[in-house]
Amino acid sequence: MNVSHGELQSISLHVNGVARLLAIEPRVSLLDALRDHLNLPGTKKGCDQGACGACTVLVDGERINSCLALAIQYQGREIVTIEGLAQSGVLHPMQRAFIEHDGFQCGYCTPGQICSAIAMLDEFRNGAPSAVTNKSTVNSNNVVSTELTDAELRERMSGNLCRCGAYVGIRDAIRQVYGAMKP
Amino acid sequence: MNNFTYSQATDTASALKLLSAGPDRNAARFLAGGTNLIDLMREGIEQPQSLVDITRVPLAEVLELPNGDLRIGALVRNSHLAANAAVRERYPLLSQAILMGASAQLRNMATTGGNLMQRTRCYYFYDSAAACNKRVPGSGCDALEGFNRIHAILGTSPQCIASHPSDMCVALAALDAHINITGPSGERRVAFTDFHRLPGDTPERDTDLEPGELITSIDLPASSSGLHSTYRKVRDRASYAFALVSVAAALKVADGVIRDVRVALGGVAHKPWRASVAEDLLRGKPPRPDIFATAAAAELAPAIPREFNAFKVELAKRTITLVLSELAAGEGAAR
Repeated sequence: MNVSHGELQSISLHVNGVARLLAIEPRVSLLDALRDHLNLPGTKKGCDQGACGACTVLVDGERINSCLALAIQYQGREIVTIEGLAQSGVLHPMQRAFIEHDGFQCGYCTPGQICSAIAMLDEFRNGAPSAVTNKSTVNSNNVVSTELTDAELRERMSGNLCRCGAYVGIRDAIRQVYGAMKP
Repeated sequence: MNNFTYSQATDTASALKLLSAGPDRNAARFLAGGTNLIDLMREGIEQPQSLVDITRVPLAEVLELPNGDLRIGALVRNSHLAANAAVRERYPLLSQAILMGASAQLRNMATTGGNLMQRTRCYYFYDSAAACNKRVPGSGCDALEGFNRIHAILGTSPQCIASHPSDMCVALAALDAHINITGPSGERRVAFTDFHRLPGDTPERDTDLEPGELITSIDLPASSSGLHSTYRKVRDRASYAFALVSVAAALKVADGVIRDVRVALGGVAHKPWRASVAEDLLRGKPPRPDIFATAAAAELAPAIPREFNAFKVELAKRTITLVLSELAAGEGAAR
């Protein structure tokens, strides 16, 4: 693919299980493509510079900041936004937990927090280390075998800021989902 | 953000070709994770005329080489590198350093090669209304008399006191890594500590990478495998902040004397700073806190503190001394 200066390019993005066609300039971010071209405004624009995490979406199951991604780079990838989490009108367990635990006040960071938390628990269960994971909590198969301590949870969620300060509710919501999915 | 021509490379050959295809090779950039370049473009600090997307180039593997070295592809993402079993087992220092940088989201996007190419976080470099010799050569440096809390104290010049922001690179400097580069005039290999530059009179040049060249991989030597090491990062908050001072250190003691010692510093210079003055003083000496402190003081002796970063001199000395003392005591073991 070679798109010239200022030219619109037709691309296809796979978002929330659906192939979506759009014509954009290469400079359009994935965040702006979702919000302004695909009518999916659930993903929020906070800082637009990768510092706040409000724009967090899932790509092939991994969390990224969609503000620092060019949409044109993400063709062929499986993108999931907050709009894609509920199935048949039933909220995702993480969404329900955020409501039950008052994991928000103004709600602006919430879509990013929820997407981030879902991916974070996958990372944790798959044994991905964090900066506070030490050797004593990793078993011989290099799998994190510890509880999701507050220190682990805070470190792993540090890429999502909440300026209302709803962190305690956010932590409790994530902890509830983690507890519910343990074997 | 300015508009640009966009193309996708499928291999290193096509990446090099596409980069030189535009009217001005100096205005072309490779795009990988985008976590720094897209941000700089949105701020208007970088205004490339063309971007060559290299994320589909097959350089995303960690390979065991026949000589025992570990080769990290330039497009291995930071999160994957930090979680890689061989890296965690043999080079835990690298995994630790990566995990102390940025956020989980950014580490999922950012690549190994891109981490080497990230630019300073100097506020004045980012502010197009400020004087900055790195952004506009010859325009001056507003950091010299400005808010220079995050700035460099070692290896600075009257033209630039910017600091290098990477954690990963500090570990790579301590591990004696090598960088493999390909370009229009062939392939070459550079010692990691020779890759990033001091500002001198050309602060606009961060690295020795020539126009049109591409980093393809980084080699970690077998000789740095299994070191007793640790990475300590001092910052304004416990997570998701750049280093004020960081120390990557490794220590090997035998018969009561230091046989091998590696110390690299982050947050204090224009490049990851290998503390070779301290290392030279420590080899052959007993591993005692007072000896560590003397070596740290010698390393920091040439430091030029400024109004808001003078604390870094003492902070660096104390952090070096603490980290080496912990390693000597068998604490801070590879984790």
